[in-house]
Amino acid sequence: METFTSLFAGALKTMHVVLDALPSIVSGSVVTLGIVFGALTIGLVIGLFFALLHVYGAPWQRLLVSLYVWFFRGFPILVLLFLGYGCFAAMGLPMHPFLIATIVLGLTSCAYQSQIFRGAILSLRGGQMQAARALGMRDSQAIFSIIIPQALRLSIPGWTNEYSILLKDSAICFVLGTQDIMAKTAFAAARTHEHLALYAAAGVLYFFLTLVIVKLLNRVEQAFHIPGYTSSSGEQNL
Amino acid sequence: MTAKQPVLEVHNIGLTVGSKTILEDCSLTLCPGELKVLIGPSGAGKSTFLQCINFLQMPDTGHIILEGKTIDQKNKAALCTYRTKVGMIFQDFKLFDHLNALDNVAIALRKVRGMTKNAAKERALQELARVNLSEQTTLYPAQLSGGQKQRVAFARALAMDPIILLLDEPTSALDPELVGEVLTVIRDLASHGMTMIMATHQMDFIRSISTEIIFMEKGRIVEQGAPESLLNDAVQSRTKQFYQSLSSL
Repeated sequence: METFTSLFAGALKTMHVVLDALPSIVSGSVVTLGIVFGALTIGLVIGLFFALLHVYGAPWQRLLVSLYVWFFRGFPILVLLFLGYGCFAAMGLPMHPFLIATIVLGLTSCAYQSQIFRGAILSLRGGQMQAARALGMRDSQAIFSIIIPQALRLSIPGWTNEYSILLKDSAICFVLGTQDIMAKTAFAAARTHEHLALYAAAGVLYFFLTLVIVKLLNRVEQAFHIPGYTSSSGEQNL
Repeated sequence: MTAKQPVLEVHNIGLTVGSKTILEDCSLTLCPGELKVLIGPSGAGKSTFLQCINFLQMPDTGHIILEGKTIDQKNKAALCTYRTKVGMIFQDFKLFDHLNALDNVAIALRKVRGMTKNAAKERALQELARVNLSEQTTLYPAQLSGGQKQRVAFARALAMDPIILLLDEPTSALDPELVGEVLTVIRDLASHGMTMIMATHQMDFIRSISTEIIFMEKGRIVEQGAPESLLNDAVQSRTKQFYQSLSSL
């Protein structure tokens, strides 16, 4: 009876600590999502450009893109973050952790996204470019009005996956001192020694953010669905 | 009777890929309203020749004169203008997969012709009606039959007001019962005086409609002439041999 009471009291205390820390942890998700969406945007813009260079570019341009991709694919994120930090320091740029984290994750995501888009462009049915040229379109018009709209649609599933990977990669950015979910959790854990419960809460929060946005992106996939062309199973992918 | 001025002159087109000669010294002239037919065994270079005429493949040698002007194949803007005048129909349609029938026709009107969205739509509807597809304007390529896809491709090409149409085996990828609807479109165009070069295996059709047969083999033009002279009972031509081998199938 006595052990039960003390167990109960312990659990109650833990819950109390978690509830106390929760607002702070949840507030970290603003920073986390800021880093993730900043990085995704950088990756989207540059990644799409790199993908086009990789497919349509001159041999030296393809080589440059390949080298870039291999560099960011081959180095661990943690190493890249410290390298980014070092570069900012060496160039005398403002040492803002959020900025460094977003840029480093963005450039990394760019490498992966360029490969998502490249795969999508290569998987387009043959002759789309040729058909556009045959109608008198310039190559740039063909790329913007024919190739990219198709490639982006085919990229949404891969892009959804990239989001969920990036969200969890962002957790490591707390080593730079960003005030994200992970940093807030680590701080609360160090203060209260309730490591298990607090990190479990953080894990659930990451899980929740993944679920919500992935579901949202599935909706986007549905909205841009083309009968008989893109898959209509977005909603079924858990 | 005065001789017609040729609208298109193709002179000595040659193409080599690696050490392989794909086309050698291929020439033809086309007068307004003519329908010239390219025939020959697979691999003869018919498709490649048509693609070279539209500079979708850059020929290594030779030159092309449209309405008296030699085309500079290094001038990209000139090539774009040239291609709006010389339309192309492909064997596998090559419709834009992400656009419905209407937008497949309208997009080049907007991007190349600079028409407004509404004007392009109106023109596209006219062109689709002309190929009997008024009911299918909102369907996507994957929802259309082969014959319907090819008719959308015709509407798309014709919307640019080309003066010449190049047709690369327009019925070869179709189920036999769908060939007729596409041939009807071609026959209709021919009767309205559209100038065309067509690669095809539809021999009966060729006999009834073409003004000249061009027989290609191994990248060269082997024979050319009016159908009645090449397929006449009295002559022994390579074209006739080929014709008979197709007819005996």
